[in-house]
Amino acid sequence: MSNRVAISVSGLTKQFGDFTAVDAITFDVKQGEIFGFLGANGAGKTTAMRMLCGLSLPTSGKANVAGFDLYKESENIKKNIGYMSQKFSLYDDLTIRENNRFYGGIYGLTDEQIKEKTQFMLKHLHLESQADTLVKALPLGWKQKLSFSVSMIHDPKIVFLDEPTGGVDPITRREFWTMIYEAASRGTTVFVTTHYMDEAEYCDRVSIMVDGRIEALDTPAALTKKFDVKGMEEVFIQLARKAKRSDN
Amino acid sequence: MESAVKAERVYKNFQSGKTEIEALNNISFEVERGELFGLIGPDGAGKTTLFRILTTLMIANKGNAWVDGFEVVSQYKEIRKRVGYMPGRFSLYQDLSVEENISFFATLFGTTLEENYEFVKDIYVQIEPFKKRRAGALSGGMKQKLALSCALIHRPSVLFLDEPTTGVDAVSRQEFWDLLKSLQHQGITIVVSTPYMDEANLCDRVALMQNGKIMDIDTPKGITQKFPKPLWAIIAADMYKLMHDLRSDERVDTCYPFGQYHHITFTELNQEIQSIEKTLVEKGHADLSIQKIEPTIEDCFMELMNK
Amino acid sequence: MKQFLYFIRKEFYHLLRDRRTLFILFGMPVMQIIIFGFALTNEVKNSRIAILDNSKDEATTTIIHQLEASRYFDIVENLNSYSELEPTFQEGVIRMAVVFPEQFQSSLLHTNAAPIQLIADATDPNVANTLTSYASAIIMDYQNSMRETKAFPYAINTELRMLYNPQLKGSYNFVPGVMAMILMLVGAMMTSISIVRETELGTMEVILVSPIVPIRVILAKMVPYLLLSMVNIVSILLISVYILEVPINGSLTLLLFECLLFTLTALALGLLISSISNSQQVAMLISLMGLFLPTVMFSGFMFPIENMPIPLQLLSNLIPAKWFYYIVKDVMIKGTGLETVWKETLVLVGMLIVLLTISIKKFKVRLE
Repeated sequence: MSNRVAISVSGLTKQFGDFTAVDAITFDVKQGEIFGFLGANGAGKTTAMRMLCGLSLPTSGKANVAGFDLYKESENIKKNIGYMSQKFSLYDDLTIRENNRFYGGIYGLTDEQIKEKTQFMLKHLHLESQADTLVKALPLGWKQKLSFSVSMIHDPKIVFLDEPTGGVDPITRREFWTMIYEAASRGTTVFVTTHYMDEAEYCDRVSIMVDGRIEALDTPAALTKKFDVKGMEEVFIQLARKAKRSDN
Repeated sequence: MESAVKAERVYKNFQSGKTEIEALNNISFEVERGELFGLIGPDGAGKTTLFRILTTLMIANKGNAWVDGFEVVSQYKEIRKRVGYMPGRFSLYQDLSVEENISFFATLFGTTLEENYEFVKDIYVQIEPFKKRRAGALSGGMKQKLALSCALIHRPSVLFLDEPTTGVDAVSRQEFWDLLKSLQHQGITIVVSTPYMDEANLCDRVALMQNGKIMDIDTPKGITQKFPKPLWAIIAADMYKLMHDLRSDERVDTCYPFGQYHHITFTELNQEIQSIEKTLVEKGHADLSIQKIEPTIEDCFMELMNK
Repeated sequence: MKQFLYFIRKEFYHLLRDRRTLFILFGMPVMQIIIFGFALTNEVKNSRIAILDNSKDEATTTIIHQLEASRYFDIVENLNSYSELEPTFQEGVIRMAVVFPEQFQSSLLHTNAAPIQLIADATDPNVANTLTSYASAIIMDYQNSMRETKAFPYAINTELRMLYNPQLKGSYNFVPGVMAMILMLVGAMMTSISIVRETELGTMEVILVSPIVPIRVILAKMVPYLLLSMVNIVSILLISVYILEVPINGSLTLLLFECLLFTLTALALGLLISSISNSQQVAMLISLMGLFLPTVMFSGFMFPIENMPIPLQLLSNLIPAKWFYYIVKDVMIKGTGLETVWKETLVLVGMLIVLLTISIKKFKVRLE
């Protein structure tokens, strides 16, 4: 982890009518950091993440992602980030190779680069024999790992992972996190949301959103110490219980 | 008294293109009346298929099953009168209001909300303030409660809940389990599936499922007691390097990250811990701490997967 | 029964809350009937023609006047020589030219034979055909009027009468066709979509795991679209009678009964489609390609079936819309009763029974 800042957010706000989905959040994420972005359903996580990916414009506040201004340079931001979610990842009816070609093409990689990347990826995941298998024939765990690799095909500076391990078996979940560690150790910034609280503890730092605001931001160890509890799960529950506008 | 749910050597295959997928492979288990029974396993373990066979939506290739004493194929009509089912996806009409959804499902089972109000009260009061709101405009936690109310409206004797807590945050999950506990006190048998291993501890008994097979069935305590080896939790300043060093050490059998710790087992049952510590310190690990711990369900699940 | 009624009520909630679809469902018939009735007619009106009159006598002037007076033609050019013909056609200004030879009237009077050349732009053969036959008819009229004053030996007197549709209005043809199209589309597509949507939503799972009898689910799905179709029938009939001035010559009761029968057939087809499709898009595609297109192609209202190759003619017998189209034309336009359409009606009844039986049998009580 270096001291360079990958994401810098200050007073970022998003309003829908008179509903404030994201309420003046402020934080920095360092380059190569694994940053856990937690919050209850409806706390504003998805809205915040969409703004950071340049998919939706903030109502007010400042943000700089991968060195680019959120308002003026969202096209540059998109070129320098990767995105993966549990819901949308790869095309089921294309093969691994075809998916790679497609995503590589989107990010403007040359045929040579795509070929090289694909080769490397397949070898790394031990999927060499499966290059021409349709993605839908792969087990879920493999799909998720593959989809993470594809979201990194253009060597993004930051990768956003939206609940990447939902429903995955415990061993594959850990293999997935090993991949996240590897990416971070190569200098990629990882911005991740999850409902598994043990995964929150794998992060370098976590933030917890409640009612559109960031209520806590620190290392997992410091947070558990501060709240005087055993793990992140209890920290999370203590904070999220205070939520007024949530669904409960 | 006969059991609430019984499955005997159930097999189910699906044809997917040229390949045959074994969704369920020799599944046998019994659920006692009034029990809260959990099917624990990741996506693709076969939980949904098993639910569909038990709720008469699918027919097994081999084997047999009974719910509330009725056979799932020949007596499916009887079963449909007395089970409650909440499928994995929120099966609600997004364009109908909370009230309309409830009364639709009530009439479907030939009853009304008024008739069974006492029964669903605990859950329904939480969504009643929003009864005029369209279901599509509800948040995740409330949709889940509405779906549960709809599944309960006809006082089922057995309740099947397929991954009710998937994608729901920790607070809503905890509340949902509290609701299940109170339902159980009213005498309903509950069969629930979940991919979250920690939820196993909230069940009376659980079946751990993986790739269409049941790896073990027992009380949560019974499962953790079967863990074959001593388990250690280890922490150091650089956890990533620690994992590499441990995994390359031949004395270490398994090493998995678990929250802020790594959980490790050794090839030798009586591995001396000082020598491991010594090696790690020599490799430059700072703030090293290692302690013996009780295994969790997740440790056991991984242990069973590796068998 | 209460269960069933509530199910229907629920279907109406879905229908009424989906404003966009509702608008399309009610707007579509009105739009189509107006488009087909006014804009897309195969009548030929005010076609531009040129005259090359090398004779310029009394007879040619009269014929030219009569051509001009008819609403079919609009004389835009008076040419002076043959050489001007080709360029005028090439400019695309005219669709037909009428050429009178020199000494037209005197040849007619003295030799009993005078040729008139009708030269038509046959890039659109249908229009060329229609134009030349209109022109021939006008010339024929002139000939007949001459006979009243002068005696012609051995002249054959042809008299044309356009039965049932003396003004040759296109809407007489289109109203039954559009009715078939709309009823098929609303009935089959909407029913299939509404069933498949429940499967997609996951609500079908819950409905199946309830004591409700499958046939009631099916019927409850059909009722709203049956009513909707009846509303559409009434609105189509009102538009056709009062705006397009297409009369209902036969029994209204019989006509409505036949419409009901056809709608039910469409609904049964919708059920069948829902049992073979696994997503709303698939249901929609099957409805469009498998029902809508054949309805347009093989019902006979756009392309005459008699002109098709035998295999296609046989195929057209499988299309319910073909029979419905015959029935509506007979009852509505010709004004005949059940005695002439009982065969077609029986065919539709047979189709309905077969389709309904298959789709109820195929309706899955389970998920597989």
